[in-house]
Amino acid sequence: MAKGDPLIEVSHLVKRFPIKQGLLIEREVAAVHAVDDVSLTLHEGETLGLVGESGCGKSTLCRAIIQLLKPTSGSVKYRGTEIVGLSRKDLQPIRRDIQMIFQDPYASLNPRKRVGQIIGDPLSLHGLASGSQLRREVQQLMDRVGLQPEHYNRFPHEFSGGQRQRIGIARALALRPKLIIADEPVSALDVSIQAQIINLLDDLQDEFDLSYIFVAHDLGVVRHVSDRIAVMYLGKIVERSPASILYDRPIHPYSVALLSAVPIPDPKVEAERKPLVLEGDVPSPVDPPAACHFHTRCPWATEICSQDEPPLAEYESGQAAACHHPRNVDSGMVAGATVAPDSPESASDTLPSQTEREPAATR
Amino acid sequence: MEGMGQFIVRRLIGMVVVLFAISVLVFLIFNVIPNSDPAQRIGGKNANQQLIDRINEDWGFNDPLPTQYVTMMKKTFTGDLVSYQNQRNVVDQIKKGIPVTFSLCIGAGIIWFALGVVFGYLSAIKAGRAADRALTILALIGISLPVFFLGEMLLYYVAFKAGLFPVGDYVKFSEDPLQWANHLILPWFTLAVLFIGFYSRLLRSNMLDVMEEDYVRTARAKGLPERQVRLKHVLRNSLIPIITLFGLDFGAVIGGGAILTETVFNLPGVGLYAGQSVASLDLPPLIAVTMFGAFFIVLLNTIVDIVYAYLDPRIRLGTQAAT
Amino acid sequence: MNRSARAQPESPLSVEDMRVRFATEDGIVHAVDGVSFDLRPGEILGIVGESGSGKSVTAQTLMGLTRSSNASISGSVRFHGTDLVTASDEQLQSIRGREISMVFQDPMTSLNPVYRVGYQIIEQLEAHKEMSDHEAKERAVELLASVGIPNAKERVDNYPYEFSGGMRQRAMIAMALALEPRILIADEPTTALDVTIQAQIMKLIQQLNEERGLAVILITHDLGVIAEVADRVLVMYAGQIVEQGSLDEIFYDPQHPYTWGLMGSLTRLDQPPPDRLPQIGGAPPSLLAPPPGCRFRPRCPHAFEKCGELPELEERFPGANGHADRCWLEPSEKREKREVEGRIGLGAPA
Repeated sequence: MAKGDPLIEVSHLVKRFPIKQGLLIEREVAAVHAVDDVSLTLHEGETLGLVGESGCGKSTLCRAIIQLLKPTSGSVKYRGTEIVGLSRKDLQPIRRDIQMIFQDPYASLNPRKRVGQIIGDPLSLHGLASGSQLRREVQQLMDRVGLQPEHYNRFPHEFSGGQRQRIGIARALALRPKLIIADEPVSALDVSIQAQIINLLDDLQDEFDLSYIFVAHDLGVVRHVSDRIAVMYLGKIVERSPASILYDRPIHPYSVALLSAVPIPDPKVEAERKPLVLEGDVPSPVDPPAACHFHTRCPWATEICSQDEPPLAEYESGQAAACHHPRNVDSGMVAGATVAPDSPESASDTLPSQTEREPAATR
Repeated sequence: MEGMGQFIVRRLIGMVVVLFAISVLVFLIFNVIPNSDPAQRIGGKNANQQLIDRINEDWGFNDPLPTQYVTMMKKTFTGDLVSYQNQRNVVDQIKKGIPVTFSLCIGAGIIWFALGVVFGYLSAIKAGRAADRALTILALIGISLPVFFLGEMLLYYVAFKAGLFPVGDYVKFSEDPLQWANHLILPWFTLAVLFIGFYSRLLRSNMLDVMEEDYVRTARAKGLPERQVRLKHVLRNSLIPIITLFGLDFGAVIGGGAILTETVFNLPGVGLYAGQSVASLDLPPLIAVTMFGAFFIVLLNTIVDIVYAYLDPRIRLGTQAAT
Repeated sequence: MNRSARAQPESPLSVEDMRVRFATEDGIVHAVDGVSFDLRPGEILGIVGESGSGKSVTAQTLMGLTRSSNASISGSVRFHGTDLVTASDEQLQSIRGREISMVFQDPMTSLNPVYRVGYQIIEQLEAHKEMSDHEAKERAVELLASVGIPNAKERVDNYPYEFSGGMRQRAMIAMALALEPRILIADEPTTALDVTIQAQIMKLIQQLNEERGLAVILITHDLGVIAEVADRVLVMYAGQIVEQGSLDEIFYDPQHPYTWGLMGSLTRLDQPPPDRLPQIGGAPPSLLAPPPGCRFRPRCPHAFEKCGELPELEERFPGANGHADRCWLEPSEKREKREVEGRIGLGAPA
């Protein structure tokens, strides 16, 4: 479903947060494996959804992509240029092209600044506009995101949650970015307001030729906006798939469970569904389970899952999943599976050998 | 607890570094401020140049500064340090002052902590009502009264005019405990008043914050009696920062905060000794007293950190996983 | 589970014209404005609404948790002959945690961080029952085990920070069930949790309801959760109930335009996504000065003159049988109009 040239290419990205201890000289005793050998590509004009539960590393991955966090290893290319290790100055133009929107519109706006200033700051900081021209641009932006331009001089606390998120979007748009990374942009908002913001993001994408990386734990929202979706668990991508296929035929058991856990707002459908409820909690990212990280909670896990890390296997449907016992695949798909070129380095080459017995539970 | 030993060792090393830095600082300051020539001080007012030269020679004041510093530190730790002003042994003087200073500070500490908590608690549970307003005004008065002013007023009106308490001086606990307390009541309150006001305000605002916490709502929803909710959930959690602050303030008071009180009430403690040494720009006692003070401040800091980890179990976790 | 329980014995909890106002610096907030409903024995009553709809304030007021010097509460909450609005603090204390228990939204902040989890359960047991410390601790272990906490015997001595979010919510539920209450009020019990953990917690609440006949008031903004477990639903908007009915009635025959809007703006995983999400324009009104007449009028695409007058919550068509709403539109008009909004009436009730 690639729409254009690759905009962002992430390969084998690792981000570890060391845990240090020691008397005088602190040494690393352990590390939080927040992002553990992740590769993904985002094309121009495309929206990539990133889903997973808290602690899966999705937010860390975003911050490592835009170099807010220095990756431990791996590479991030923006339009073919390596940006890991660039100096502050060299990053400057790239930072203009990549903007972020955050979850909490309350916390991410400076309460002492006026809205006009908040939105105009990126423009004046980069020396792109000043004086009356700045004001005009900001008011155009405000109008575009559905804020009243005459509220230019108000403070953030005078706005509702949905309007504050619009302020955040206007600020991100000010520099005409190519890519917006939205980290849970609607999860703090009410349902009726969520729909407004998602529709706005949708419109802006067409109007400004934007690409999005859209991070959320709400799978309904992610599917609505995304072209492709990557599912993360404990720092690794366990499945990546075109959005439409993922929801019908999830391959990785974790994707199955994740989708199955979301209740359907329809009592009749809900009454007949037998959701797959996972046991237990997500293990600690300090000491993740060996081989396949999901084997401790997976209803289909066998011996091999705790001994051999499955590679990211590509299927002809355009999906890729790291699992020895893939769901929703037929023998033809299994036969045609290949190891993805960007499969994690620690993974083996053991492709799934056969279609599995019927899933124990279906969505 | 794992890591506690390491923690203490690290703190001890830190303490040595702090003491070293402070002693160097005092030593250097003393050597650059005007009119601090030690030979002048030892020789007295009428000393001639010859005497001064000899003193400079005998006391090693002509040596380079690092040598002088090392000599002084050696003497400090062997207990041979002698005042320039009156040639008395500094360590003995401090030892003599310690019981007085401790009597003053511990008594005042108990009073300010107890009253601060009681007033703060009452103020918080009566927030917005008359009792709270009255306590607020009292606290503000307490915070804004300077020690020397309050001390002198108490001495003049309560001790001298009304004759309720002795006018200054100190009686040893071992000689007469009742007289000991009688002589200390005014100094205790003088020293405590500022802290009572400060602590009660702080506790009040902490408690008002904690009352809004979800776990307090949970405690109420469990059907606990209101008193238990207030004491076990609101007060207990609000006290954590107060107790740590108490440790720091207590260290600071022993380490020099009691100078004014001791001077006003003429209590022969370490503070009074420090005050006199400052007045006469007498280096050896100054360095020793400063290190004495710094030692207690660092010591109490360490204790506070340990107590804090005990009071708030979350601290014991150490490093938390970040996402 | 009996989804359409109609003829019922005495209602365990009956709310009549509850009004809650808070005095703030900006003025009087009309948080809850004339809410009445009955809870039926053994049912799961869902209350849905967005932030500021008054659903949480309603829930907390049921237990007297909103009592404070700046709150004014009127109306009545009848619980087995006691009016909880006028009850003394002591009466309330004996009911809280023993007869009616509550589970809150954020398990991360709802447990006191400085006490062990077990102690916080023991504390509640001992507040209501004569019990030795040893007995209370044994019971706490039992309770933790019963809500699915592994190694309960060791876990009972953990501090809350040593529990994951899901485990904390389980501990909160264990605490709520400690004295086998008749009613459980769950205020957004899964909102702060991950989806796979949310599914575990909802399954647990459903089990307790079925196995023990525990009546549950479930407050949530998530219609999916409602569809999963509720028997009856109240839809709240700006401090009032705008519609109430059985689960099927609300989902398949919604009468109030706000309910339509809410249903329409949902994303459903089992259907292909629409090109554009239907949305409700504008934002909920300020409760400092709610709009006159129908509260939803400023955002309602179907408003007409009559809406300047506040409609009562009542049955508005023959055979409504408990399905009540606050909307002046004729029932036949409603059916027509909501079809136009699309995606509603997802299938007529059987």
